[in-house]
Amino acid sequence: MPEPLLTLAGITKRYPSVVANDAVSLRVMPGEIHAVLGENGAGKSTLMKVIYGVTQPDEGRIFFQGEVVRIRNPQVARQLGIAMVFQHFSLFDSLSVAQNVWLGLDAKWTLPEVRARIVDKAAQYGLDMHPDRPVHTLSVGEMQRVEIIRALLTDPRLLILDEPTSVLTPQAVDKLFVVLRQLVAEGCSILYISHKLHEIRSLCTRCTVLRAGRVTGECDPRQESNASLSQRMIGSEPPTLVRQRRSPGPVLLQVTGLNLPRSEPFGVDLSGVTLSLRAGEVLGIAGVSGHGQRELLAALSGEDTRAQPQAIALEAEAVGAWPPPARRAWGLHFVPEERLGRGAVPGMDLAHNFLLTRHEAVGRGGWIHLRALQAQASAVIERFRVKASGPRALAQSLSGGNLQKFIVGREIDAKPRVLLLAQPTWGVDVGAAAQIRAAILGLRDAGCAVLVVSEELDELFELCDGLHVMAQGRLSARIDRDQADVALIGSWMSGLWPEQASATAGGGA
Amino acid sequence: MIRSEPRALPSAAWTWAAPFLALAITVLLGVMLFTAMGKDPVAALRVFFWEPIKSPYALGELVVKATPLLIIALGLGLCFRANVWNIGAEGQYVMGAIAASGVALQLGGVAGAWVWVILAGVLGGMVWAALVAWLRERFHANEILVSLMLVYVAVQVLGYLVFGPWKDPAGYNFPQTQTFDAATRIPRFMAGSRMHLGLVLALLGVVGLWVFLFRTRAGWAQQVAGAAPMAARYAGFSSRQALWVALLVSGGAAGLAGALEVAGPMGQLTPYVPVGYGFAAIIVAFVGRLHPVGMVFSALLMSMFYIGGELAQSRLGLPKSITGVFQGLLLFSLLACDTLVAYRLRWLKGA
Repeated sequence: MPEPLLTLAGITKRYPSVVANDAVSLRVMPGEIHAVLGENGAGKSTLMKVIYGVTQPDEGRIFFQGEVVRIRNPQVARQLGIAMVFQHFSLFDSLSVAQNVWLGLDAKWTLPEVRARIVDKAAQYGLDMHPDRPVHTLSVGEMQRVEIIRALLTDPRLLILDEPTSVLTPQAVDKLFVVLRQLVAEGCSILYISHKLHEIRSLCTRCTVLRAGRVTGECDPRQESNASLSQRMIGSEPPTLVRQRRSPGPVLLQVTGLNLPRSEPFGVDLSGVTLSLRAGEVLGIAGVSGHGQRELLAALSGEDTRAQPQAIALEAEAVGAWPPPARRAWGLHFVPEERLGRGAVPGMDLAHNFLLTRHEAVGRGGWIHLRALQAQASAVIERFRVKASGPRALAQSLSGGNLQKFIVGREIDAKPRVLLLAQPTWGVDVGAAAQIRAAILGLRDAGCAVLVVSEELDELFELCDGLHVMAQGRLSARIDRDQADVALIGSWMSGLWPEQASATAGGGA
Repeated sequence: MIRSEPRALPSAAWTWAAPFLALAITVLLGVMLFTAMGKDPVAALRVFFWEPIKSPYALGELVVKATPLLIIALGLGLCFRANVWNIGAEGQYVMGAIAASGVALQLGGVAGAWVWVILAGVLGGMVWAALVAWLRERFHANEILVSLMLVYVAVQVLGYLVFGPWKDPAGYNFPQTQTFDAATRIPRFMAGSRMHLGLVLALLGVVGLWVFLFRTRAGWAQQVAGAAPMAARYAGFSSRQALWVALLVSGGAAGLAGALEVAGPMGQLTPYVPVGYGFAAIIVAFVGRLHPVGMVFSALLMSMFYIGGELAQSRLGLPKSITGVFQGLLLFSLLACDTLVAYRLRWLKGA
């Protein structure tokens, strides 16, 4: 048996309120794609930071190529031959690709040398990349490519990828996998962090599963099923959703030819967005984020009131210029993508966070009835099984999944007629995600009109009755879920959908 | 080796303890300062921390100085919680004093004139702060710079008036107005003390601000605008309204303090109206944790520094600027100690 490339022995990392890694051991062999699978908050990111030298473990030892090493900082890690591509890119928008790569390298190369090496590496792995393009002109997928090339220029023996596919179209994911397989064939090892089961099953050859900071198993993911993997990951199988066919009701939300110039320099212009949303249906908007979803949702929720009043209609009312409270009073509620800082105020307790969108506990003269407010919050905490110490718990003390359950619960509890959700399960653990999806379907069956904007196609296919795709500020025609498949939606995501269909759908309103 | 680590949650204990630790550090630095200057540190500390509270009269004076500080700080507390950085309370205070004086000189002996004097002061401060709000809203001017610069404008206006049109004709050419008529003076409620109605207004302000911040939706929305602007937009709270409310309230409060000062202890408008209360109140607000009740204590503390500084000047021959040094030390110590709210220190064994 060959010597392992990397061995972690009993790594423990404690944070003030939580043990992020509890005696974690892991072995990565040369030339394998090793998955680290776990829910959000299971300790995957902490473990990778330990390997990359960003944080120091409290206990445990790290062996690299058979020798004990102390990785004091990322520079030491890079000298050992460990490279990492983070989930959030560290690129300067105003600099070119080559300049960005140059800044991130320890080696003493000149800029022209770096440029030449980028061209070489890009050709070697079939990554299409021009070194002189300014980063702000790149799509998110291309930015990730810059990060990958930067990592590859150090000729790593071990490449760590943290949730690399969360920003990619299905086609781009396939391309990435080709690159990764080529790397492995050349002898590099890869640590692949993800919670997407099918990716791990199709790409990885070993898998270490983490749950609540501990290793709960090691397996060959190719011989597992989604169900068995998720059982290892969360300790139980997520309930399967039952979608019943229903005939949708009347149109509640009608968007007609919505044009909206961007309000900030790096925004997206909306052009000719048309959709209709009926009671009792879930409509999905797919697409890589940053293509106008944020702008569309702001126009629908009322945070952006610059739209033509007639462009957005709730039943017969032209509401384009209504502010959010007026739309909420009508029955339109919104769950934003950012939980902390937008959906909830981090430093305030859950009860007071109810006041953002709800005013049942506000009496005459704006007086807050604290008891009623806390009772309201407690009811949602109980009904949606939010893990929190109570209504007095600060929003920032909750995990992402629990806070999301609370926010979704707060909006569902308002008995909305139309509910908009942005990335409802982004970064949420599998258990909470299943619960949120079930709640969304429950709402649909109760006759609410639901619009879901998501990057996760699986989620959209699971939830939606119909789909649109958003690209470059335009919205595709509607396609029924039964007629859509991943390949078709994936190709639409690059903006290539039949204009004919779009024109027909647009002509109806 | 000591290393600081971020805490998972802000420490509630240190939120309370940090001001006290900061005070202790300030005293310690003060002792070192006095020793270095060749003064007896014990005598100096006595002057700062015992003399201002040793007799009922001294306590009264302490309250008289704390009153304007508290009133201004209450307004600033609301402002800072809404993330609006009004640094120019001093200017609004001066404008309040000017407006109040103008009315006082006009009305003379009309019964109950002091009510109008106070209202004029509030209005004067509000107008001066409204200028800041308008510039920020209309031209996106930075309110920190604008409000600060308007302080100097206000001081120039004051200088013009007392050296020019409002100078007392019978005042031997001193740059000051006539002494105000008794009817325009703020009522006192105790013989032998200079404590006045302002104290009652300040305490009402404490209760009012507490209720507004912690019991009304509008007060809560005001704080959301400061704590999480994106959440405020999501909820649909108007950031415009938050800006105007913050500046009008804090300007009005500073103007009120100015009116109480000229129509109270001073009794006339002089070039010596701006004594830095508007700036000291920023420290009062932060040392008091932007909490109405906390600010009561920090206002008393800051008032001690003012009185102690004057006594140190006359008794120990220390320079007048010692007051400012103390205020600055306290603010800096507090800012340093505040890191303990979000971070904790860990002693690491030798690496």
